[in-house]
Amino acid sequence: MSTARLTTQPIDSTSLIREVAADDRGAIVLFLGTVRNSNEGRPVNGIDYSAYDAMAVAEMQRIVSEAGSRFSGVAIALEHRVGTLSVGETSVAIACSHPHRAAALEANRYVIEELKRRVPIWKREHYLDGTSEWVDPLRRPAEAAP
Amino acid sequence: MTVRVLLFASYADAIGQNELTLELDDGSVVGDVVSRVREMAGGRALPPAPLLALNAAYSTSAAVVRAGDEVAIIPPVAGG
Repeated sequence: MSTARLTTQPIDSTSLIREVAADDRGAIVLFLGTVRNSNEGRPVNGIDYSAYDAMAVAEMQRIVSEAGSRFSGVAIALEHRVGTLSVGETSVAIACSHPHRAAALEANRYVIEELKRRVPIWKREHYLDGTSEWVDPLRRPAEAAP
Repeated sequence: MTVRVLLFASYADAIGQNELTLELDDGSVVGDVVSRVREMAGGRALPPAPLLALNAAYSTSAAVVRAGDEVAIIPPVAGG
């Protein structure tokens, strides 16, 4: 039982934890991606996230389904926010539960790495100096490495 | 035949639109859509071999398009 969705509203990580919690779970791993106040040395004050909605949801569902196959017994709740976010706000949340910690940790890592690699979501960073730019992770070999 | 073309992020900015309708010959492939868009004003900002999607799933440039299909030209993704 896994879910994946986009939202325009602030992410409630507690509700994601609740979705994957159950009496047979010995481990719940929560990952939150948050808006950082700088990128490559430039002060950032916010990020606009946009998506190819239908494909982003389909791709996120494929990823949680793959994680379910690789890590048998894992339950996953994945939510990514779109719209304008301020520094410190949560852009993505992934809750994974499993009877044992190793699978919960590995499944969570799998989901975030695959999401960053292939889900059609883009971000435009707004800098303190008033400029803004689309972020292209491929131009940053150091950050693109797994 | 007519296909719908979706552009996003920096590619939408380059072309000045996020959605186009193209008239293509029967038997055209997804790569033909890219060639047509790159011929438009601002189109050279798009790489010759960008990521592509056909009807909301990743596709190769050789995939055949049919009337009513939705082709998306996908800039480098940056989710998370």
